Amino acid sequence: MYKHILLASDGSENAVRAAKEAVKMASYDKESIIDVVYVIDIEKSKTDVLHSTSSEAIELERRKKNSKVIQFLNEANANYKTTILRGKPGPEIVKYANNHRVDVVVIGSRGLNVLQEMVLGSVSHKVMKRVHCPALIVK
Amino acid sequence: MQNLKQQWFGNIRADILSGIVVALALIPEAIAFSIIAGVDPMIGLYTSFIIAVVIAFAGGRPGMISAATGAMALLMVPLVRDYGLDYLLAATILTGIIQVIFGICKIAKVMKFIPNAVMIGFVNALAILIFMAQLEHFIGISTMTYVFVGVTLILLYTLPRFIKVVPAPLIAIVLLTSIAIFSGVELKTVGDLGTITKSFPSFFIPNVPFNLETFQIIFPYSLSLAIVGLLETLLTSRIVDDMTGTESHKNQEARGQGIANFITGFFGGMAGCAMIGQSVINVKSGGRGRLSTLIAGIFLMFLIIVLGDLVVQIPMPVLVGIMIMVSIGTFDWSSFKYLVKAPRTDAIVMLATVGIVVYTHDLSKGVLAGVLLSAIFFVIKISTVTISKNENHYSIHGQLFFASIDGFVNYFKKADIQGENIQIDFSNSRIWDDSGVGAVLKVIDLVKEKGAHVELVEIDASSKKIMDKLNGVLSSH
Repeated sequence: MYKHILLASDGSENAVRAAKEAVKMASYDKESIIDVVYVIDIEKSKTDVLHSTSSEAIELERRKKNSKVIQFLNEANANYKTTILRGKPGPEIVKYANNHRVDVVVIGSRGLNVLQEMVLGSVSHKVMKRVHCPALIVK
Repeated sequence: MQNLKQQWFGNIRADILSGIVVALALIPEAIAFSIIAGVDPMIGLYTSFIIAVVIAFAGGRPGMISAATGAMALLMVPLVRDYGLDYLLAATILTGIIQVIFGICKIAKVMKFIPNAVMIGFVNALAILIFMAQLEHFIGISTMTYVFVGVTLILLYTLPRFIKVVPAPLIAIVLLTSIAIFSGVELKTVGDLGTITKSFPSFFIPNVPFNLETFQIIFPYSLSLAIVGLLETLLTSRIVDDMTGTESHKNQEARGQGIANFITGFFGGMAGCAMIGQSVINVKSGGRGRLSTLIAGIFLMFLIIVLGDLVVQIPMPVLVGIMIMVSIGTFDWSSFKYLVKAPRTDAIVMLATVGIVVYTHDLSKGVLAGVLLSAIFFVIKISTVTISKNENHYSIHGQLFFASIDGFVNYFKKADIQGENIQIDFSNSRIWDDSGVGAVLKVIDLVKEKGAHVELVEIDASSKKIMDKLNGVLSSH
């Protein structure tokens, strides 16, 4: 079964929904591990630095952001680890998944409408197209 | 922290590519900032070449880009206007010396005391000033000017969606400059505002009298330049630290900035500092090491030598469009949310910083005022003492020191004390100095006058220590 499950997390409710599915997948095999990948968007570095007093404060803020997903995994008693990456979320997740022999990628979809998708682009869609392993997009 | 070899050669391919991207993006800004300062475009280009090359070796934050900047250019406007270029060069050298001294004195530690409300105000004010400096180059000149500014902006914001390798400003410049040349429309060009010489910068000593009078003229400018330069530099280095997830030597960077400005002054350049926008471009393009900064400088010089003739033909409206994009990118757009959500005093400090800069056109004055204002707010905040009463139990909340004791003493002056015994609870308070101890003794006397007895409870160890020490002094009388 899927041993190395990559759960892409931006800390949102969508990510929590994706986490639920990841836990289900992991439940088939005791050796499965959920790899929670959180990408720090470097586009936002300037804003984050300006609005914080120290690098420690930024880190705390980011940890808070991802806490819903982590809390859910703790409650579900899941076997997980966290990985922090830096860059553009979509491409970083793809690069990591392809370099680390991930068995499956689980990612939440933001549920954008047609116009939003045209302007903003769907991260989950891009990731699905470019990873070399199966991907589960959670609605 | 990486070793020097890694800092130089740990990322060769990506560093060379990103350095080239940065050099291309630097040209319009270096020219525009020269125009803001009121000097030849060549000055800004030489500056950017020299500072980038020197900082690649002397800096403390690999991957950060330093060159001629808007923040610095805005500060030197009156000096150039009133005294001329040579005084600017002398001021640049002095700026370097001051920054080296600051670096040796570990300025980075002091900079940590600057609140982020002031830093947000700083970048916003900078963005507004850069934008305002563009107005005279496109308002009420001609219809074609407006058209070119508009088209430039459209290109800048749509091109990156389709072409990611070449920076959009470069494409806009090449495209619109050729259109302007071949269609023969009447537009002001960079050449109308200065000349471009296709030669390397040369060493010379600024032609100013070496006396006290000169020093008195340039010193205030140099001090402002040194402070503003380090402020933007340390902010930028924090951003690059965060983007790359690495640490940097802040004080070495301060010394490096000083060395770079010192050398720049002798080669006909104006004072510069780290650039937020360009550093972000560098890191996003894959630049991480010192090599990227060096390549940015060298490739910039190469471009001047090769393309010098073309640079003077760039229409001003295109440059204005690029600078409007730069100011939009510099502005902190989350400030509006900040104004609503942040504590009122922080919001006031931010607005005051912006207001004073926009009014005086001097970033250093705004920062100074912002820091002072937030210091005052801080003192007011910590010198507020509140007292809650529960029957005969009085709870003190707040710090007791020279500035805060009035409220504490007055409360007991007015208090209507009934009963024989009262308790004053210090579990949420701390006594800091003689005035604090004095105030407590005074309160004891006041309560005694009203015919009651006081018991002080829950005094923490350090407050007790200072009380005992001073009580000892009193009883020895």
